[in-house]
Amino acid sequence: MPNNTLLKPTRPVGIVGYGAYVPRYRIPAREIARVWAGGKAGGLPIKEKAVPGLDEDVITMSIEAARNAMMRAQIEPSQLRAIWVGSESHPYAVKPTSTVVGEAIGAVPHIQAGDWEFACKAGTEAMVAAMGFVGSGMAEYALAIGMDTAQGKPGDALEYTAAAGGAAFVIGPAENSLAVINASYSYVTDTPDFWRREYQKYPEHGVRFTGEPAYFQHITSSSKTLMEELGTTAKDYTWAVFHQPNTKFPQRAAQMLGFTPEQIAPGLLVPVIGNTYSGASIIGLTAILDIAKPGDRILLASFGSGAGSDAFDITVTDKISDRAGRATKIQEYIARRTEIDYATYARFRDKITMK
Amino acid sequence: MTDVIIAGIGQTEVGEHWDIALRDLAYAAIKEAIADSGGLQPQALFVGNMLAPNLSNQSHLGVLLADHCGMRGIEAVTVEAAGASGGAALRQGYMAVKSGFVDVALVVGVEKFTDQVGAGVDTAVATTSDSDFEAVQGLTASGQAALLMRRYMHEYGVPADGFAGFPLTAHANGAGNPHAMFRKAIKAEVYGKAEMVSDPINLFDAAPNADGAAAVILTRSDLLPKEYSHPLVKIAASAVSTDTLALHDRHDPLGFWAARESVEAARHKAGITLEQVSFFEYHDSYSIYAALSLEAAGFAPRGEGWKLAAQGAIALNGRIPCATMGGLKARGFPGGSTGVYQAVEAATQLRGQAGPCQVAGATFGMIQSLGGPASTAVVHILEKMTP
Repeated sequence: MPNNTLLKPTRPVGIVGYGAYVPRYRIPAREIARVWAGGKAGGLPIKEKAVPGLDEDVITMSIEAARNAMMRAQIEPSQLRAIWVGSESHPYAVKPTSTVVGEAIGAVPHIQAGDWEFACKAGTEAMVAAMGFVGSGMAEYALAIGMDTAQGKPGDALEYTAAAGGAAFVIGPAENSLAVINASYSYVTDTPDFWRREYQKYPEHGVRFTGEPAYFQHITSSSKTLMEELGTTAKDYTWAVFHQPNTKFPQRAAQMLGFTPEQIAPGLLVPVIGNTYSGASIIGLTAILDIAKPGDRILLASFGSGAGSDAFDITVTDKISDRAGRATKIQEYIARRTEIDYATYARFRDKITMK
Repeated sequence: MTDVIIAGIGQTEVGEHWDIALRDLAYAAIKEAIADSGGLQPQALFVGNMLAPNLSNQSHLGVLLADHCGMRGIEAVTVEAAGASGGAALRQGYMAVKSGFVDVALVVGVEKFTDQVGAGVDTAVATTSDSDFEAVQGLTASGQAALLMRRYMHEYGVPADGFAGFPLTAHANGAGNPHAMFRKAIKAEVYGKAEMVSDPINLFDAAPNADGAAAVILTRSDLLPKEYSHPLVKIAASAVSTDTLALHDRHDPLGFWAARESVEAARHKAGITLEQVSFFEYHDSYSIYAALSLEAAGFAPRGEGWKLAAQGAIALNGRIPCATMGGLKARGFPGGSTGVYQAVEAATQLRGQAGPCQVAGATFGMIQSLGGPASTAVVHILEKMTP
């Protein structure tokens, strides 16, 4: 029997603090095209993508995003009772990212921790779980992070966009939130559009199968159901942000759902940082929160291959005015840019066979 | 001798049917064709398919479809001739009925490209060329077409956008076909900006591989149900020719010899001139093949086939309407089922049921199905019967 009632905890919850992180290195898509496609300049999916440096990984990046979130939240680390990190590129297959991040921000030992995976929606999963954790009264605050250092297979279409970055959210009571999460809804099916087996270095994907049957089917289903159950339409929202694997997909999803280009503009970061996988939709959310006014209403819909979409209805409170400026904003990270060539990128991303 | 009537027609939309299995695609078309015929039950099934063994790990399609579609026990085989499989299957059905061996024949073309993605599809398609001497060297179907197009443009001084008329016409016509994969007209400017697939073949010169199934029921006029109400369409002629398989063995690569021979043989059997052909469904897997097919058929002298498209002669109201319901370019190129789609579309035209795609006063329709660069050529001429 179908059950599409919205996911809402018994007590209202929201985002108490948020933080983003994007590495400084950037490789333009035309540089990748120079190496793999005879330098063709037309029809590239984005302008450039972010590349992690030699000493960066999902752990280091999550720590910086978490610190930014804590600075905005203005709570003590000991008040966090859960830290959950979602990623497709956890540094270890077994040994959690979340414990290192928890230790680094001083939140251990009285804390629940764990790593999450669901392709690009691992971050929003951690957020949904945190909503339940706080909303049930189990704890006052939980930290949910989505972060990736995505590996692109050399010469593959996805190499143009597989990037690094993400965001962290302190979830807590609505009364202390800079943005209240009114409801969430998840839509999930067994749709194998993109996968990586245990000992494979690079993921594989179903080419055109990743479009209509995967991304569009799940994002429109989660967003439409959320809006139908809430009784809203696109014009009830100030902003919208969707999973952004390239520039065209979220633009088309927005159009299909009735949103205007202006509504998605501040959250559409993929053209200049690439697809940050588990960080993608949520880093767009931080860009919106950076410029949002109290009362702004936001629709967020992630997409994870395999496949599923988590949709959220969010309302900004007046606490945003005081907190947005307390940590580095995503546009400052984007402006902090060092361009690298393909050789440097290959070295940084461990693509050069050393033995 | 007996007239072979196309008594029933059926087809699915052409597209990427990720969630529909090959056997279910076929069933949809078969069900429609049998119903359209007034419920005629076939004694024989001929399946046109080119790549199911490679893409779907499924051969033995005759029995699979007979069994799955409620015709367990009848004669059933697959006919394969690469891209001409559909036309070749149609010929087998035609011969079975015409000879009197079979009263009612069902011909179904079906292809399911989307059972695989990426390099596996290219490898499968390459099996239709000469595996030991062409495919093993890395020559692809688009590569073959590109070699021919480059040579043609050089010999006849064709400008860079000389072939634009072929996709433009195809898409304009596809807009009126509810079963077509692409149903929007395209603007002339997009041709010049299109990405190269295999220089000089660009994105608009190459027909899209797609999934689909089409079916026809063939029988004699004395076996039609009493209440049968469709205008009668018969197969007036059927002819097949083959050339060398490998492009490098051709004496005259731009001559498309098998395409010419099959058209001439079919016209001779039907007893008609070129001028009497109301429309021509050519095998425009590549725009260069459309041009070469027009020349081989005799509609244009050597080196001038491209002008028919450039000058609008192939438009619905032109001298020789082609790709009237989108052709391979806009209706789509569902592999081995294409030849049967052509038969369904030609029958629709001759019945006067083509809607916005209707060729006024159509009496003879010529359909040509090619395997590779006209390595196999199958031609059927369909005729509207006067009551």
